[in-house]
Amino acid sequence: MHELAICQALIDQVTTVARSNGAQRVSNITLDVGPLSGVVPELLANAFTVAAAGTLAEAAGLTINPAPVRVWCKSCQAESDAKVNRLVCAACGDWRTVLRSGDELLLRSVVLEEVDPAPTLQDSEEKRHV
Amino acid sequence: MCDTCGCNVTPGNRDLAEGRQATQVLGSLLKVNDHQASHNRVHFNGHGVLSVNLMSSPGAGKTALLEATAELLDGDLRIGVIEGDLETENDADRIRACGVPVVQICTGTACHLDAHMVHDALHELDLGSLDVLFVENVGNLVCPASFDLGQHHNVALLSTPEGDDKPAKYPVMFRSADLVLLTKRDLAPYMPEFDATKAANYVRQLGNAAPILEVSSKTGGGLGDWTDWLRRGVTELRTNLAVPSASLGS
Repeated sequence: MHELAICQALIDQVTTVARSNGAQRVSNITLDVGPLSGVVPELLANAFTVAAAGTLAEAAGLTINPAPVRVWCKSCQAESDAKVNRLVCAACGDWRTVLRSGDELLLRSVVLEEVDPAPTLQDSEEKRHV
Repeated sequence: MCDTCGCNVTPGNRDLAEGRQATQVLGSLLKVNDHQASHNRVHFNGHGVLSVNLMSSPGAGKTALLEATAELLDGDLRIGVIEGDLETENDADRIRACGVPVVQICTGTACHLDAHMVHDALHELDLGSLDVLFVENVGNLVCPASFDLGQHHNVALLSTPEGDDKPAKYPVMFRSADLVLLTKRDLAPYMPEFDATKAANYVRQLGNAAPILEVSSKTGGGLGDWTDWLRRGVTELRTNLAVPSASLGS
């Protein structure tokens, strides 16, 4: 259930990015979430609906890219896929590995709407709508 | 002319022309919590206080460990405790009875402590009079692992009755541990199915080289290794911070 707390932090961050770019709305949010972050994507998506209500991200779509679990072996220097509870080297079996991917909890990008256009485009926009 | 008919709006720049903008952020979702956690760490470092985040399932023996630790360290290392529970001051009362300063955080329905809750509690503690601050997290093997509190070390407890495969079932928690304590080992004769070697192997399979100690708060077994670990932690922290030895705990 900590997914709701994480979504509230996400909405705060997205709101800050939108405001600092002069945007009125957010139409999409893309996250990278690895299984070792301790966050379940499905629960995050459910919590997002609640956390986003009444904010400028209310109608935003949420895209969650699942990050693969990858480890790098200190012994044989191989990089390989691994399971969340078996982070051993697939090449030599050694457990002395370093996680290369899988614990991400990252706000990758947002799509902002109704952004104050750049001056040159603003110029053309106005003309377009004449 | 192009401005008149709108043909200057191409698929490549349509988003910009329509007031849409894709913005790269690439920031941790927990940025605000992490920022507060760093701030907490500055507090701890400023006073040369080793902060230890105790995590386990409910009933694994965190409070009993702290009671036994307070007794064992009496007059040696000065300890303080921040207690996290959904409800009640029961655990805080137990720690207080040992003569240890304690602040209780009642999280209500929240399943974990975050860096802001810990920061609020720090205002009620005199860090200058402590060597080690324990944060006894909410009993939960899932959520607390995702939130940095500003601690120097994570300690995960795994009690004998829980079973030796908990590290494989809760990899996020046990991967984050800097020390794993196998607790209630006085029950080992009655629960031979708990294999300490297996438990250690499950921790290793998470790529975690953390030391694993077998302890019993009831009999005191193994607690000397635990307090040695704490002493080393305080010494290493203060060496790294180069705090003048005059300000070390008496």
